[in-house]
Amino acid sequence: MNYEGGTYDVIVIGAGHAGVEAGLAAARSGSKTLMLTLNLDAVAFMPCNPSVGGPAKGIVVRELDALGGEMAKNIDKTHIQMKMLNTGKGPAVRALRAQADKFMYQHEMKNTIEEQENLTLRQGLVEKLIVEDDVCKGVVTNTGAEYTSSTVVITTGTYLRGKIILGELAYESGPNNMQPSVQLSHELKALGFDLVRFKTGTPPRVNGNSIDYSKTEIQPGDDQPRAFSYETTKFITDQLPCWLTYTGEATHQIINDNLSRSPMYSGMIEGTGPRYCPSIEDKIVRFNDKPKHQIFLEPEGRNTTEVYVQGLSTSLPEDVQFKILQSIPGLENVKMMRPGYAIEYDAMVPTQLWPTLETKKVENLFTAGQINGTSGYEEAAGQGLMAGMNASLKAQGKEPVILDRSDAYIGVMIDDLVTKGTNEPYRLLTSRAEYRLLLRHDNADLRLTEIGYQAGMIEQERYDRFLSKKEAIEQEKQRMRKATIQPGPELEKMLTSKNSSLITEAVTAMHLLKRPELGYDDIFPLTGFTSRVTPDIAEQVEIQTKYEGYISKQLDQVNKMKKMEMKKIPENLDYSVISGIATEARQKLTEVKPLSVGQASRVSGVNPADISILLVYLEQGKLARVGEA
Amino acid sequence: MEFDTIAAISTPVGEGAIAIVRLSGEQAFSIADTLYKGKKRVQEADSHTIQYGHIVDPETAETVEEVMVSVLQAPRTFTREDIIEINCHGGLVSVNRVLDLVLSAGARLAEPGEFTKRAFLNGRIDLSQAEGVMDLIRAKTDKAMHAAVKQVEGRFSERVRRLRRELLETVAHVEVNIDYPEFDAESVTLDNLKRHTSHVRDEVKQLLSTAKQGKILREGLGTAIIGRPNVGKSSLMNSLIHENRAIVTDIPGTTRDVLEEYVNIRGVPLRLIDTAGIRDTEDIVEKIGVERSRKALQEAELILLVLNSAEALSVEDEALFKAIHGLNAVILLNKTDLDKKIDEDRVRELASGRPVIAASLLKDEGIDELEQAVSSLFFEEGIEGSDLSYISNARHVGLLNQTRQTLEDALEAVEMGVPVDMIQIDITRAWEMLGEIIGENVHDGLIDQLFSQFCLGK
Repeated sequence: MNYEGGTYDVIVIGAGHAGVEAGLAAARSGSKTLMLTLNLDAVAFMPCNPSVGGPAKGIVVRELDALGGEMAKNIDKTHIQMKMLNTGKGPAVRALRAQADKFMYQHEMKNTIEEQENLTLRQGLVEKLIVEDDVCKGVVTNTGAEYTSSTVVITTGTYLRGKIILGELAYESGPNNMQPSVQLSHELKALGFDLVRFKTGTPPRVNGNSIDYSKTEIQPGDDQPRAFSYETTKFITDQLPCWLTYTGEATHQIINDNLSRSPMYSGMIEGTGPRYCPSIEDKIVRFNDKPKHQIFLEPEGRNTTEVYVQGLSTSLPEDVQFKILQSIPGLENVKMMRPGYAIEYDAMVPTQLWPTLETKKVENLFTAGQINGTSGYEEAAGQGLMAGMNASLKAQGKEPVILDRSDAYIGVMIDDLVTKGTNEPYRLLTSRAEYRLLLRHDNADLRLTEIGYQAGMIEQERYDRFLSKKEAIEQEKQRMRKATIQPGPELEKMLTSKNSSLITEAVTAMHLLKRPELGYDDIFPLTGFTSRVTPDIAEQVEIQTKYEGYISKQLDQVNKMKKMEMKKIPENLDYSVISGIATEARQKLTEVKPLSVGQASRVSGVNPADISILLVYLEQGKLARVGEA
Repeated sequence: MEFDTIAAISTPVGEGAIAIVRLSGEQAFSIADTLYKGKKRVQEADSHTIQYGHIVDPETAETVEEVMVSVLQAPRTFTREDIIEINCHGGLVSVNRVLDLVLSAGARLAEPGEFTKRAFLNGRIDLSQAEGVMDLIRAKTDKAMHAAVKQVEGRFSERVRRLRRELLETVAHVEVNIDYPEFDAESVTLDNLKRHTSHVRDEVKQLLSTAKQGKILREGLGTAIIGRPNVGKSSLMNSLIHENRAIVTDIPGTTRDVLEEYVNIRGVPLRLIDTAGIRDTEDIVEKIGVERSRKALQEAELILLVLNSAEALSVEDEALFKAIHGLNAVILLNKTDLDKKIDEDRVRELASGRPVIAASLLKDEGIDELEQAVSSLFFEEGIEGSDLSYISNARHVGLLNQTRQTLEDALEAVEMGVPVDMIQIDITRAWEMLGEIIGENVHDGLIDQLFSQFCLGK
């Protein structure tokens, strides 16, 4: 017997990393939102590595924060260690990574959701979508509750027809033996969506008390307090270290001896796995000349001795996993607590989505996260926020927000997904971004706060603070541009100490700041200024000055790109009537339905001549319309 | 991409006294200003005026051409974009040089029909012409693609591909350090980066020098036949012209008032310099002799020195050897049908490694050997003729020049201590530009490389 569950603006199915951001974004941007999850104890669960951030991904977390998301704040409150990576390189590739207390992370996030205005969190397994005339109008749970809504966001991660494979054993399951979502997968197929089968994996967990840490290398967090969120003011100082050890010949021998029992090679696994997250058996087979592989031992939390064995993702049988672990220095007497496993799941072919993450086939239905073929908590969260925000804006009859490739890593990711699709679980890498000098860790707030504010996700007070920061940066740049520094013993001493060439004529402070070897702090004492700006402002002034040449080069490229992005293509353009476009390009364009000529040019299989013809055609159409008028 | 600045020679090649290089696009004025030196900068000139000045190579500061430049500001132009038309007077060679400079300065070689296409896109041409434009784009592209497929097999593209691979491996290595900072791949050192970057830069430079050979194919290798009177210069020229199909005859030189003849020697086009002079000398004899030969060889890229083997080496002969010191030359010992009096060892010594061919032009002997010597001189680097036509493509020369410049930028940044990930931006750009040459520019290539070169993952 079905019953009426209630009416909402937005319904979010799932409460993983995509789901929580989607729900919070929808509620924060003013929509009455319902979040349904099949297990309330799995909100923001980390089924794989207990960490957040890293290159590219860490920048996504900062972007989420600037847009009004939660991941940054949540990890700031619940990490056990934090590190700035790539500090020896340029500012564009610096990124934070935190090890999470995965249990605290969940509890904290669940509590934030519970406290969020406009947001209802409920346990329930969605089995059916209410779709009429290709428009989604709500969902039905397995308990018979019928919820209606303006828009629906699906964020079911790896739960869709999930199947765990562990050695010779295989069974239907979500991650970590959670209940899988089987019916919903059939429902999506029935609605005409193309699904693919992907695979990912996780390593075994061991009891930290049984590790001999003396045989490993310590990996501490940074001494300097760090935070992802621009808003965080309370820093965790009590950090836990991770540990590094290596596989060796013995490990590789065990794996080679047992390859025939590996489901990867026996043909039991059909799904496509990610290249950047290979299982240990895969690493040994593909790179058999590498004598050892790194193994990081990462605590799963403060109130547990369970340790995540990073580098040892595997689906080999449990007894083989035991042997592998015991062959690794420091783990000779280790007690395994959970075995690693591979998981297969259904994912949407992401080219079926508009850049808003709404499906092309069914209006008002959005998908985000691992269901869209990505991998990683941060990738999921980034899509979750965008889908939740756009679902909310649509419910309110407002214009959607689309981030482009020069706005954010989130924009790069979504554009890649909906334009090119992916044939393996998609992970963000800095090399996917063509304008990475603009997409920095340090300027995520400058790039995105305005967008978050416009969507109603950033409160006024924070926005005002942001505006004054922006102002302060400009003023300081102005001040540095005007400040003249005379040659003299003081300057000479500083330049000599920094191995910088001496000068004979007066220069501006800005001029000196351009030298790679000099920082704001070196130059400031020579300016005669009495007031000093805060370190974050000094950092911006320094980066913007020092790398001005490179930045403006990238901005030129962005301007070129934007021109093509501004040439809009009607949503339902019939490519079959455009003579001259090559057959392959025609098929691809019909499938992807790019919204701009810029997006069309990134569709694989579309060449410049096709774009020329498309441009001519679009122009022709415009003229024709003028003629009719 | 659309709406970058394009350029092309917009007058028929090889005809007419004036040739025009036309630029269209946002940067047309600023590009012109990097090359054009006149009373006013182009950007300061009034629209729809014509300016007098010179085109100066910004790298060598050498004046390349005396020009008139038409400055046409958008939107009242053919394409509705800013247009610059550089009117050159110096003939094929210098107009090509101007185009090369414009392309090196950042313009892209226009595709067939592209000026017209832009005119249309910017609303300058009416609807009825649209279909025609589309057909044109498609037809020309197909043709270009066929050509491209053929060229892909060439050694040139193989070489470009190898350079791209080297850059890609370097870039992937930098990337892996960035994306996997804790991974145990060794860090790319600046030394390492510098070594690969300068190696590729040098190779690109060398490719550019072979591009010069490509240009020779287009314009002919300036060849001087020199020698004392009566050694057989005229017979040599006649037998070259007689045996080989003349490509072009009677092209009036625009800066020289002499006749030139073109002959094709096993794929190498020779532009015979001062053929009139050679003919004349047979009549005027002694008087002009050596001096005239000297003048001819000033502008020559290849010298054919003819000696009379039936006479001993004269002072004049020795003087000629001196004059051709260090130049590309083939020595022809003519009149082997007569008694040999020349000291061949001495000739070989003076030739210092350059080919010496015995011939009897009268009996038609030795011409084959001469042709062989000329062609192997020209193709000494083992580059096949089919490739050369490819490198001669002005678009590729432009891209190669930009690649070289970008790599220079990267090397400069290394010296300045700029962070490695920024230097890498230029290296990646160079990799992309080389890709444009051979029509391979898939960005995903980098990610594929990352995962095949390194064992990554959790």
